[in-house]
Amino acid sequence: MIRLEQVSKVYKTSTRPALENVSVEIDKGEFVFLIGPSGSGKSTFLRLLLREEVPSKGRVYVANFDVARMARRRVPRLRQSIGCVFQDFRLLQNKTVAENVAFALEVIGKPRHTIKKVVPEVLELVGLEGKAERMPSELSGGEQQRVAIARAFVNRPLMLLADEPTGNLDPDTSQDIMLLLERINRTGTTVLMATHDHSIVDSMRRRVVELDLGRVLRDDARGVYGVGR
Amino acid sequence: MRASFVFSEVLTGLRRNITMTIAMIITTAISLFLLGGGLLIVRMIDNTQELYQDKVEVSVYLTNDVSATDKTCTADPCKGLRSALESDPAVDAVQFENREQAFERFKRIFEAQPELVKLARPEALPASFRVKLKDPDRPEVITQAYSGRAGIDTIADQNEFLERFFSALNGVRTGVFFVAGIMAIAALLLISNTVQLSAFTRKTEVGIMRLVGATRWYTQLPFLLEAVVTGLVGAIVAIGLLVVGKMAFADDVLRDPIEAGVVSSIGASDIAFVTPILMLIAIVISAITGYVTLRLYVRT
Repeated sequence: MIRLEQVSKVYKTSTRPALENVSVEIDKGEFVFLIGPSGSGKSTFLRLLLREEVPSKGRVYVANFDVARMARRRVPRLRQSIGCVFQDFRLLQNKTVAENVAFALEVIGKPRHTIKKVVPEVLELVGLEGKAERMPSELSGGEQQRVAIARAFVNRPLMLLADEPTGNLDPDTSQDIMLLLERINRTGTTVLMATHDHSIVDSMRRRVVELDLGRVLRDDARGVYGVGR
Repeated sequence: MRASFVFSEVLTGLRRNITMTIAMIITTAISLFLLGGGLLIVRMIDNTQELYQDKVEVSVYLTNDVSATDKTCTADPCKGLRSALESDPAVDAVQFENREQAFERFKRIFEAQPELVKLARPEALPASFRVKLKDPDRPEVITQAYSGRAGIDTIADQNEFLERFFSALNGVRTGVFFVAGIMAIAALLLISNTVQLSAFTRKTEVGIMRLVGATRWYTQLPFLLEAVVTGLVGAIVAIGLLVVGKMAFADDVLRDPIEAGVVSSIGASDIAFVTPILMLIAIVISAITGYVTLRLYVRT
C-alpha cells in the first residue's frame, strides 16, 4: 500500500536532511503510528505520500502510484485515494457540517445524487447524525474533528493520513476519535497517524515507526511510545 | 465538471471582494470605452473616405486671361488642354466650367450668406476643368503632367485637404488608443491583484480542494471565471458608454457636417461592429491575466 525505498529529503533552506535514507513498507489495512519529536521528519513523511513534496532521493509508492515520478496531472487521482485529517480540523467556517463533507465530493465532480446519498451515511458513521445542518463554530473540538474525518473518509479512500488528529483535544475526546479511526481501519482502510500522544500509542498497541532527526529509529509491530520520552 | 458549483464559487468570490470588483469593472470599462471610441473613429475615417471616393476631383484652374476670353473652350490653349486631358489614360471624365458657371455654383454654395455673394464678381473666379480620375488616390499624375502648361494657372487637388482632415482624425485616434493602452495596463494590474486577493481569501478552500484531489480546473476555474466575468461586465458598461456617448455627443456635435455629407455618421451598425471586438478582447485579456497570475502566484 505504502512503500518508501531509501528516501531522503533535503529542503533548500536547510543543511540537515529532513529525511535520510528512510525505508518503510506499510501493508493494506494496517494501523501505524508515526512518532518522534518535532522536526524528526513526520510531516515530511506525510507530505511525500501526498506528493506535496518530492524526495531528493529514493522512491515513494502509494497504492499503484510511483509518487515521485508521476505526471503532475495525475496527482489529483493519487490524492483522491488518500484521506487527510489535521490537528486544526481545517473546516470551512461558512459551510454547514453536511456542506463541508459534501464539498470534498463536489470539487472532484461527483454527481449530486451520489453526494445526497453518501453524506448522511458517513455522518452517521462518525456519530454526527442530526448535526448535519450545524455550523462548525457550534460544535465542540471533538465533533469538529469528526466532521474532518467524515470529509476525509466520504470518498472511501484506500488510506487515511492523520497528522496529530488529537493534538487539540482532551484525553477523553481523543479516546473517542481513536475509536473512530479504529472503526475506519476495520473497514480495510490503511491508517497512518503521526502523533506525540504517549498514552494513545501505549494503549492501542499497534505498529509504531519512530523517526528521529530524519532516520527510522525503530519499527515495532506492537509498540509503545517508549520510555523516557 | 459541476457547473453550478463553479458558478456559485464565482459569485461568492466576486461578492467577497466587492470593492475590488467594482474598481476592476470601472477601469476595464474605461479602457474598453476608449478603445471602442478609437475603433469607431477608424470606422468613421473609412466610411468618410468611401464617401469621398467617387467625389474626388482635380480642379485645373485656367489663367485669368483664358477665363476672360474663351467662354466655350473652343480656342487654344483651352481646346488643346481639353483634348489632352480627355485622351489622358489616367482621366475618367473632364468637365469644363467657365466663369459664369463657376459663379453660379459659388452662389449656390454660399446661398446662406447673401452678403458674400453680393460682394463676389464673376471676374474673380477662374474657368476650370473639373477632372475625374480613374484612380482617385493618385491625383499627382495630373498635377505633375499639367502644371506650368500654357493657359493653366493652378491645379488644386482635393485629396490634399482630405489628407489633412484625415490626419487630424488619425491623430485623435492614436491619442485615444494611447490612453486606452495606459488604462488597459491599470486594468490588467487590477485584475491580477484581484485574482491574487481572491485566491488568498480562499486559501483554506483551495487547500482542501487540492488535498481531496480536485483537478487544477476545479481549483482555478472559479478564479479565472471571476476575472472573465468582471472583464465582460466591464465590456458591457463600455458599450453602454459608447452608445450614450454617440447619442449625447457625436450625433450632436457632428450634426452639421454629417447632414452636409462632409463626414460619415456613427451608426448603430458601427457600434454593433465594435461590440463583439470589445467583448472578445475583454474575455481574452482577463482570462490570460488570470491564468498567468495563478501560475505565478498561486501554488497548485
